[in-house]
Parts: sequence; structure tokens; C-alpha cells
Amino acid sequence: MTAPRISIQREGFDIAAESARLKEGGDVGAVVTFTGVCRSEDGTLEALELEHYPGMAEAEIGRIARDAFARWPLSGVTVIHRYGLMRPGDDIVLVATASTHRHAAFQAAEFLMDFMKSRAPFWKKQHPSGDESGQWVDARDTDQAALSRWDAEE
Amino acid sequence: MTKLVYFAWVRERIGTVEEEVDLPGTVETVSDLLGWLKGRGEEYEAALLYPEVIRVALDHEHVGHDEKIGEAREIALFPPMTGG
Repeated sequence: MTAPRISIQREGFDIAAESARLKEGGDVGAVVTFTGVCRSEDGTLEALELEHYPGMAEAEIGRIARDAFARWPLSGVTVIHRYGLMRPGDDIVLVATASTHRHAAFQAAEFLMDFMKSRAPFWKKQHPSGDESGQWVDARDTDQAALSRWDAEE
Repeated sequence: MTKLVYFAWVRERIGTVEEEVDLPGTVETVSDLLGWLKGRGEEYEAALLYPEVIRVALDHEHVGHDEKIGEAREIALFPPMTGG
């Protein structure tokens, strides 16, 4: 197992370069990448602000990544989460997993995203057009519920 | 002294990013801390009106409200996370 690559950054990321980097990690037969993108909310959103807890964000994502390594035969995991001001269409988060076969890579990517949503210390604030102060996004019960299925599944 | 850090709407309502506090001996658990903070002023009361929704981390690790604070040096208070 190679160490997960975790980056919390303001700037964007290069998905092709991240995928290429994961292929260097061993006998890789599958790379799954998930990209979370800033929605336009049907054209009403001007910007999305992302706040995070420096230090804990890296630590918590590291814990989630180690859990993924323990559950599936992965050769590599990359998680990049941006913070700051996003515009509709901007990439926000990248989760990429590599394995010998696709099953582990797909499952681990979904597991990582489910836990990132409810455990990684990030908060979104929406700025609709014409609303300077913005509104904090409420946590969704469905995101919390998504975690419980991983208790039973392999 | 213990460092308290706040995020998102908890930070906005309290009106500060972080502060150093001298916790009284009666504050043993996270729940005790939330109760004590609530009594520090109306900003705190507004932020902690519904303490059950507040998430807490001791030295960068999520904990429940019944957890003992122990020797934690940095305690973070924030709303449920909405990243990803």
C-alpha cells in the first residue's frame, strides 16, 4: 500500500495528471475518478464559498483513506478538496482510486465520497445572485444515512 | 489555557474565529463546555441555541458530547459538515 495523496488547496486540479500518477503505483488495472462540481442551481447561484478546518481536514481525510485501504485491495488513493470561492462549473473535489480490478476501485471511491460528505470538516455557503451575505448550506440527512450502508456491505 | 476555534455559522454567530479560555474545573465533558459557553453572552447563546446540532472536535478528532475533554489543547465547534 502506498500512502494516500491528500491535498487541501485553493487552486484547481488536473484530473489527467492525477490519474497518470495513480498508474505509477503498481499493477494497476482500474482507476476510478470522481469529480464534484459546483452547480449553478438553475442559474441562480453566483458563487459558492468553501470554508474548512486546516489541520483537521487533512487528518480526517487521512483516517477515511486508511479505512478504504483496509477494506479494499487498493494500490493508490488521491483526494483533493478545494476551498475558497467557486463559480458554477468549477471543480470542487476529486476522489481517485486505483486497484488491480474495477470493483475495488469503484466501491472505494464511493465509500470515500460518502464519508467525506459527512466527516470531512468543510462547510459550503451559497451566494445567490444579488445576495452579498450568502446562506450556509444545510447538512442533508441522506448524506448521514449513506454512511450506514457501509456497516453491512463489504 | 485551552484554545477554542469556531467555524461556519457558529463562528459568525459568536463573532470570533478563535479564543483562549481558562476552563473552570466544573467543565469536564463536551456537554459541560457547551453549557458553560452558552452562559458567556448573547452571541454564544445564539450560536449554541440548539447544542445537539453542534459538532465538536478535540485536537482534530470528532467526539460525542459525552466525551471527557481531558488534556485537549484545541477544541473546535462547528455545524454539521457540508463538504464534498
